[in-house]
Amino acid sequence: MSILGTRVVRTEDPRLLTKGGTYVDDMRLPGMARVTFVRSPVAHAMITGIDTSAALAAPGVVAALTAADLTDLGPPPPDDGSGGEVNETLPLPAGGPWTEPLFAVDRVRYVGEPVAMVITDDRYQGEDAAELVSVDYEPLPAVVGYDAALAGSTQLFPAAGTNVVVVGGAPADDSAFEGCEVVVERTFENQRLAPIPMEGRAAAATWEDGKLTAWVSTQNAQITRFVLAGVLGLDPGAIRVVAPDVGGGFGAKVALDRDAILVVWAAKHIGHALSWSETRSENLLGMTQGRAQRQTVKIGGSRDGRIQAYRLDIVQDAGAYPRMGGFLPFFTRLMATGAYDIPNVSAASTTVVTNATPIAAYRGAGRPEATAAIERAVDLFAAEIGKDPADVRRMNLIPDGKFPYQSPCGAVYDSGAYTGALDKVLAGAGYRELRAEQARRRERGDVLQLGIGVSSYVEITAADAAGGETAQLIVHDNGTATVYTGSSAHGQGHHTAWAMIVEAELGIEMAKVTVIHGDTDLIPLGTGTYGSRSLQLGGVAVHRTAVEVKEQARQLAADLLEASESDLELDTGSGTWQVRGDPASSKTWAEVASHAGDGGLTASVHHTAQPTFPFGSHVAVVEVDTETGKARLIRHVTVDDAGTVLNPVLFDGQRHGGIAQGVAQALYEEVAYDADGNPLTSTLVDYAAITAAELPSFELLTSETPADNPLGAKGIGEAGTIGSTPATQNAVIDAVSHLGVRHIDMPATPERVWAAINAARGTL
Amino acid sequence: MKVTVTVNGSQVEAEVPDRTLLVHFLREQAGLTATNVGCDTSSCGACTVLLDGQSVKSCTLLAAQADSRAVQTMEGLASSDDPDAMHPVQRAFRAEHGLQCGFCTPGMVMAAVSLLAENSSPTEDEVRAALEGNLCRCTGYHNIVRAVLAAAGENQSAQAGAAAASERQA
Repeated sequence: MSILGTRVVRTEDPRLLTKGGTYVDDMRLPGMARVTFVRSPVAHAMITGIDTSAALAAPGVVAALTAADLTDLGPPPPDDGSGGEVNETLPLPAGGPWTEPLFAVDRVRYVGEPVAMVITDDRYQGEDAAELVSVDYEPLPAVVGYDAALAGSTQLFPAAGTNVVVVGGAPADDSAFEGCEVVVERTFENQRLAPIPMEGRAAAATWEDGKLTAWVSTQNAQITRFVLAGVLGLDPGAIRVVAPDVGGGFGAKVALDRDAILVVWAAKHIGHALSWSETRSENLLGMTQGRAQRQTVKIGGSRDGRIQAYRLDIVQDAGAYPRMGGFLPFFTRLMATGAYDIPNVSAASTTVVTNATPIAAYRGAGRPEATAAIERAVDLFAAEIGKDPADVRRMNLIPDGKFPYQSPCGAVYDSGAYTGALDKVLAGAGYRELRAEQARRRERGDVLQLGIGVSSYVEITAADAAGGETAQLIVHDNGTATVYTGSSAHGQGHHTAWAMIVEAELGIEMAKVTVIHGDTDLIPLGTGTYGSRSLQLGGVAVHRTAVEVKEQARQLAADLLEASESDLELDTGSGTWQVRGDPASSKTWAEVASHAGDGGLTASVHHTAQPTFPFGSHVAVVEVDTETGKARLIRHVTVDDAGTVLNPVLFDGQRHGGIAQGVAQALYEEVAYDADGNPLTSTLVDYAAITAAELPSFELLTSETPADNPLGAKGIGEAGTIGSTPATQNAVIDAVSHLGVRHIDMPATPERVWAAINAARGTL
Repeated sequence: MKVTVTVNGSQVEAEVPDRTLLVHFLREQAGLTATNVGCDTSSCGACTVLLDGQSVKSCTLLAAQADSRAVQTMEGLASSDDPDAMHPVQRAFRAEHGLQCGFCTPGMVMAAVSLLAENSSPTEDEVRAALEGNLCRCTGYHNIVRAVLAAAGENQSAQAGAAAASERQA
């Protein structure tokens, strides 16, 4: 029996559980000094002077650097001729008038923006010396929130002449709503979130003998090298980037932040080994954040529940520098209609800059926003026509016979069984009994009311599948194997999964398979891990190398056994080559690989593919205290179909983490600013990161609709987050809908729920 | 000032600035980097260690406060990374997939060890309440909770086995 599909515990864990991982802050380089950044304490200001002299005189200070020291960078990228137009389909930092500097030059645009750095022998000295760098700020009015940005009376980039970075999507055509019996319209906020990987951003670097080595806490070492080569003006061959153990990323370590670039630059500039690991307070100011959309939905249909038209208008807050800000609403629009067959759709977006931390990918990156909008809209529609939201979903889900499904938003959903997923989760949750219990509590007027929230979702994974992923497999003459992957692990369990793939195909047991990732000297080409792409691209690439190696080995074994290739078979149970019908004749992998000659037994693959579309349905059950407004998730039941499951242990682990982050958005987490752009959630005391005490154990049900690739796999990294947020939000609103409440923005804090209940009193 | 701490059974003596936090003493002076720093407000628990058997957040204590006392970190739980040599809590974290990126894990494991020392058969709610001060961003806590409950079960069956064995001897 193949090891694929079975529960295999991780090979990564014994090391992580006994010695602990080796994260960037654990690196000890000879002579290493520490970097501490001086960051802007104001949201928007002109810089009129920087004085580092007092810092330079402080104990332990090696250097104090500012924009004036950036004299040895590579040439800026050539003008792309766009005249400042932003290409909204590329997740790159915007150039032209929107360019993000490394150190702030003459203007700061958000609290936490790097202005200078001090380099000291130890980190405590760095904290002291950073306080001594004197920066003169001439404050400007802060642009906070969507309306201030759109009004444009204060502009972050005067050369651009506007705060609007890019506008995308079709202009609205509302004629489709004219024929609808029921139309509901509403504006929601999909609030700004902090990703909070437990390890923040970190980088260490040395410059020795013309070679730069950088250890970066990143989701993609190879892209990091590409960026560093461009910024520093170095040949990529002169740079080695290593991703050591990485303590979580969730999308926020996809891009290489200016802070990390500056650390690597400084190591070369002053010729000194350097290390930087940000504090959590810095992380909550400087690491890119996610979501931050204001969404206006309009949904129309018939009184019996058929949805006929849907419109989504988005304002995306990109924060102070437009990186992925243009790109994320592209995904939101692409997935706007979700899992439903809606004939008339329009989706449009406007991306603006504000004096806040830049926005980039965060677990789902544009797709959770789409699901949140449509799932809330469907519930509003169901409430308006007085039908059960699960019934309205079932009536409108894309039928199984329509796959591959060309969505009106431009996506081609590869495969799905949406109604089955919905029915399965409803049965698993005991939906009818839950509704009966809800009715009893309503009848009794209980203080603790029950809310049941449903969501059905589809999302796009490996959206950039055409870019592909690399793998190299070597079978050594001692019978062991090494996999070099361009994918990049930071908790997902790549090392376990890739070894399973090799064992399944070649019969070389997992314990003999070493998996290496994240070192550009060993793996110059690779793309990394984001967008739930790893298994379906990187994993399939490994599978393909194994198939290629097997074919090479067949020839070698035939030669060794003096048999014809067609008579040879690989016994994957024992990992030996045999002549069919003659088990006594056999050759081990060690023998076959030894026969391979100088080149060894190896294969390299760059696997490209098409995106895939995982789907599922979630049911969240909450209790809401109608006197205090406190909502508590008491059950969460899900069906998540991401194709064939390679390892249920890893698969469910991804779902668990995703669900928790999604629930966190619905109930607890929000990055907040005051009217002057001062962050109000810059520590973990103020930012309500979800804890074990606020969650139940999850109830996971299975569904496997294979994708069209050799592993049958779609992505599962983000699905939990995408499905759980709207299910939970809908559940809270459902709990108090009998009191007249139709909507509560996220996070559904006690204050908001209580206020919604009170506002609804008298409306019934 | 001079600080002497018994770390995982070995004496570590170092001259450090007065303001040195225990977590930095462990990471820099003792050279034990499993214990991580995940925040600066005592919120995340990544730095949890045992001080004279009690769980503490080592970013919230000065090294000086641990002078002449005993600290145990995750490195001190097992003699090797051989799964058979691991502490029951470590073994349970692996068996239940209670870790992903591994960054919160040293603190989480030590918090779990401390919990089980105080309450050898906790309920799920008690485990969740006890781990409220330890953040994990990867696992959704689901498998961490299962791991702690499994380790508690293993402890109990080990204790029951030992009790039965001593009864037989008697």
